[in-house]
Amino acid sequence: MATEFIESVSKPAVPIIDLVVSEEDRVAIAKRHRRRRASIAIRYVFLTFLAAIILFPIYITIVNSLLTPLQIAARPPFFFPTKPTWGAYSDAWNAGHMSLYLMNSVIVTVLIVTGQIVTATCAAYAFAFLEFPLKRTLFIIFLATLMVPFEVTVITNLTTVVNLGWYNSYAGLAAPFMATGFGAFLLRQAFLGVPRDLRDAAALDGYGHWRFMVRVAVPLARPAMAALAVFSFLGAWNQYLWPLIVTKDSRYRTLQIGLRQLRATSLDQVNVTFAGVVIAALPLIILLVIFQKQLVRGLTAGAVKG
Amino acid sequence: MTSDTATTHLITDVGQSKRFLNRRRRETGLGYLMLAPSLLIFSVFVFYPFFKNFYLGFFRTPPFPGLPARYVGLDQFREVLTSDYFTNSFRVTIVFALLTVPAGIILGLLLAMVANQRLRGIGAYRTIFSSTVATSVAVASVIFGTLLNPQVGLLPWLGLTTNPSILENPKYALFAVAVTTIWQNLGLSFIVMSSGLQAIPDEIIEATEVDGARPWTRFWRVTLPLLSPTVFFAFVVGSIVAFQTFGQIDLLTQGGPIDKTNVLTYAIYKALRDQNEGKAAVLAVALFGVTLLLTTAQMRILERRVHYGN
Repeated sequence: MATEFIESVSKPAVPIIDLVVSEEDRVAIAKRHRRRRASIAIRYVFLTFLAAIILFPIYITIVNSLLTPLQIAARPPFFFPTKPTWGAYSDAWNAGHMSLYLMNSVIVTVLIVTGQIVTATCAAYAFAFLEFPLKRTLFIIFLATLMVPFEVTVITNLTTVVNLGWYNSYAGLAAPFMATGFGAFLLRQAFLGVPRDLRDAAALDGYGHWRFMVRVAVPLARPAMAALAVFSFLGAWNQYLWPLIVTKDSRYRTLQIGLRQLRATSLDQVNVTFAGVVIAALPLIILLVIFQKQLVRGLTAGAVKG
Repeated sequence: MTSDTATTHLITDVGQSKRFLNRRRRETGLGYLMLAPSLLIFSVFVFYPFFKNFYLGFFRTPPFPGLPARYVGLDQFREVLTSDYFTNSFRVTIVFALLTVPAGIILGLLLAMVANQRLRGIGAYRTIFSSTVATSVAVASVIFGTLLNPQVGLLPWLGLTTNPSILENPKYALFAVAVTTIWQNLGLSFIVMSSGLQAIPDEIIEATEVDGARPWTRFWRVTLPLLSPTVFFAFVVGSIVAFQTFGQIDLLTQGGPIDKTNVLTYAIYKALRDQNEGKAAVLAVALFGVTLLLTTAQMRILERRVHYGN
């Protein structure tokens, strides 16, 4: 495919060859060129077709958020906002509490991501650079946490959080997720890639373990750290079951649960629901555009050896 | 003179080993200290509730709150796990996984193959193909729920309409939830498959091009086998995620109509909401049993990576 593309670009060479080829050949070459150009056009049509299908739900959501409820219900429907109205956004933001939900989501996500990075870095460092009894057993215990789906622990966790007095609070939302077996595993692999000599050299320079971790190991493991950050960010941001059962009012509800509330509102405010969806999706879209590379690495951290 | 040096040697040896022992001890302390935060969280929020869950299954929750839970041994396990309610829920969960996982992988692979060519502007298409990673379960569910709504939705207008409406139709509700899920996961599937494709060395593909292998043969004989670890990984992780599906169900169907979308996780949630901890616990044990099979497969992959890492 690549060679075809290069050939189709480097066309200036063709007229020179033309001098030596016969009339029949020239027709054949022209035909081949036409066919190649047609094949490229077909590929673009196919790509655009797929892109349109994938984007359609998002597009129609944005359009509907700019229409009035009457326009949304109109048949045939509007596929383009002729007179966009922005009222739905302020309704969702204020009356729909989306501003509050957004803040809650940000706070909980920051708590979880920070917590996971700190606990996973410490644990991974211990597993990679320190020698102590039961190390292997403890590592297996860390991996064993990956075998327990959160849904299985949810019943008792709810009781625990209520008993701790953390029901309907940021602490209750974040606490169960402050450690990660997967993250510890990921960072350990990255730390194992730090050359042993570096540790020895740092020790000669009088670096203790803490200083070596902060100054040398962590900076060297930055790609893995970024991958973990993205991974835990997406996990925390998209949580649904836990925030649903551990909160009881809008003061601590996250965006995802806020959308549930918006969806429950009546159909004559369906434009507000659409605006709420856009508000809920926007932060992630912005972050994904900025951190695309880290995102891909984070999402594929487990899939492809890296 | 000779005895002198021997003594000093001995002394330094003792000093060194003492220092070494001290360092060992300090390292041990530091190691445990660094593991402590994680271990604390895991003990409280993973292992304790995990074991407590089996224990809870032995107690029947009283019909009225306030009464003590009664020990019934394995009776509750037998009762719940043989009930039609559970069998149905289990079947629904498996059908849902079968509807979403293979389709997700195939579509992701298709997009990855299509986007894996050198065309001008292909980057824009790649961004679009991966765009649904920016949607959460709630975002996707609310979008599709509204699009499917018989009064204001676009899809009924486009002719996608049944009676009763799709999400209230026992025949189609699960399928609609599955389509929503596939769409939401498409971006992730595309990204994973793309990175798998890009990990295949160009020379191999070029060599088969020179050999004159037809594209279809090339795909089956070369690309797919080389991609199999990625596909396998996506299959295992995708299945685990499918078995833990909750948000879509809660937002689109609440397990209905007539329990046709009552996946295991939603059944647990309902039991918990009805304050029937005992039943919820038994259902959770069943969910664990199923995911255990899948995670064992996943651990095999991870384990292999551990050995590579060392």
